[in-house]
Amino acid sequence: MIVARSLRQHAVSTLITVVAAGLASGLVMSVFTVSEQSKVAFTGGDIGYDAVLGAKGSPLQLVLNTVYHLETSPGNIPWAVYEETKARPDVRYAIPYAVGDNLRGYRIVGTTSEIFDVFEYQRGKGFDFDRGRAFSDDRMEAVLGAKAAKDLGLDIGSEFRPSHGVRFQPGTEHAEVYVVTGVLEATNTPADQVVWIPIEGIYRMEGHKVAEGKETVERGAKLIPDEWKEVSAVMIKYHSIAAGMFHKNDVDSGKLYTLAWPIADVMGGFFNKMGWITQILLYVAYLVVVVAAFGLLASIYNTMNERRREFAILRALGARKSTVFSVIVLEAATIAFLGSLLGYAVYLGILSVATVVIRDQTGVVMEAFAYHPALLWTPVGMVVIGAFAGVFPAFKAYSTDVARTLA
Amino acid sequence: MALLELRGIKKSYKSPDGQIQEILDVPAFDVEAASEVAIAGTSGCGKTTFLNIIAGLLTPDAGQVRFEGQVVSDLGEAKRDAWRAKNLGYVFQTFQLLGGYTALENVLLGMTFGPGADRDFAAALLTQLGLGDRLRHRPSQMSIGQQQRVALARALANRPKIVLADEPTGNLDPRFALEALEMLRGLCREHGAALVCVSHDPRVLEAFDKSLDFRDLNLAMAREVPS
Repeated sequence: MIVARSLRQHAVSTLITVVAAGLASGLVMSVFTVSEQSKVAFTGGDIGYDAVLGAKGSPLQLVLNTVYHLETSPGNIPWAVYEETKARPDVRYAIPYAVGDNLRGYRIVGTTSEIFDVFEYQRGKGFDFDRGRAFSDDRMEAVLGAKAAKDLGLDIGSEFRPSHGVRFQPGTEHAEVYVVTGVLEATNTPADQVVWIPIEGIYRMEGHKVAEGKETVERGAKLIPDEWKEVSAVMIKYHSIAAGMFHKNDVDSGKLYTLAWPIADVMGGFFNKMGWITQILLYVAYLVVVVAAFGLLASIYNTMNERRREFAILRALGARKSTVFSVIVLEAATIAFLGSLLGYAVYLGILSVATVVIRDQTGVVMEAFAYHPALLWTPVGMVVIGAFAGVFPAFKAYSTDVARTLA
Repeated sequence: MALLELRGIKKSYKSPDGQIQEILDVPAFDVEAASEVAIAGTSGCGKTTFLNIIAGLLTPDAGQVRFEGQVVSDLGEAKRDAWRAKNLGYVFQTFQLLGGYTALENVLLGMTFGPGADRDFAAALLTQLGLGDRLRHRPSQMSIGQQQRVALARALANRPKIVLADEPTGNLDPRFALEALEMLRGLCREHGAALVCVSHDPRVLEAFDKSLDFRDLNLAMAREVPS
């Protein structure tokens, strides 16, 4: 009764302190969950293929460019390398990617229609069509990811002209007109933001070089010689884990290309290197908790002078010193507890926004509300810290001189 | 054996200029169960210190306070708190009600540390004192006289064996002072509690059959050099 009455009596300072504790608690839970879930989402534990083969350079850049459709391509590799890779007996499938164009900011990826048959973007999950059909490899047709179709406002039969480069700049449109033949079901992966066209189309696009020194292939040419063609990367699925190891040894010994394998390790390494950012965010979050704890302490401490008489009266009525001490500590813990409850609302708010932002920026859909131990220990920790913050003012109440205060 | 026995009580304070000032020197003071004792004393003569020592809020520098034969002044602070909650009611000159609580809650709070909150008894006590329609009023919503009655109810709520009243009518309009005093005495009689009432108001002192002069009890006052 004493605690509840005191909280009500000091409603404004209680509310402010609860909000501060809630923000702190919500922030800590959010940092833990977002960092964990983004790591899970980006390290691609569920990616259906095993490796990405590309130009000599950073495996991370290669993965970001092909798996997450971020960054720029590290360069191209000859078509023959793709053919050789595909022909390896230990390779289940190899899908070529040619990148470098966009449709109003949505990346265009040139590939083969095989991607709609054998390719698995996640283990056991291939692309399914929401409507329409796959493109024909020898026609200027396109298939849109679910988000790309929705955001671009395109549907079956829509026509568009690709723009040069991975970032949209007005006036860079190619002359070629493509027709949408299919829209994929949402995959909740970056693939939802991709516009897929036949890889041949990339080679025949006006202004594109198909190989060093050779400008656009003459339009209408029936066949482009393989030695003129290049791909940005090849997505590879092996028959076994050992096959990936052997292939990596082969590629590394040649020193001409890069094989990002296993993909999860590449992204895992990235997250380990970037772990300091998470650490800093956590330190900031902890600091906010400390600030909230001091706020709580100050809030209660500031009421001590006016409440000294109250404690003296309670003591005169027979309340023990320990009772008065407990009342203050319990009051601080209650404020922290209420703050923790609010913290869940803050957490839900932050996660809701973060999930949308990350999905819009990367196409990666995080499992925002997955369980993380921080969702339990943060509120518990907040209550413990709150109780500790109450100890100092509680001691002040404890040592109230009853006779002098009531005189 | 008296209900309350004080023997050789001494208490001194250090004054701001560093000198030790003797406040109390009470060789003996007894209170029988269910009796009334009125003590006359001027302001600043150590009456409140005297009552605080009886209540266990202060400990004497020397001497003993015995209650029903038990030396309570030697008990630890927590045990004195428990003893006070169980056996003693205290009426302060300024009532010392808690502003954030209703009349009923003020009474219940006093019971919480003793035998436990008894809502019916607390409400009955307040109703007996004419506050039946003021149970949910806060002190600031009541007159001074009504606040005094809440303080009386709180002092009696734990069915104490002794009630200490420190200038219980000091803050009251003279018209209501004697009425409040009679309520206090009536409640003590009804509940079988001894009453020790300290006052400098002659009308209050006259209401009792006999009253003691604090100067006769406290030898420290006799030693004071008149200024």
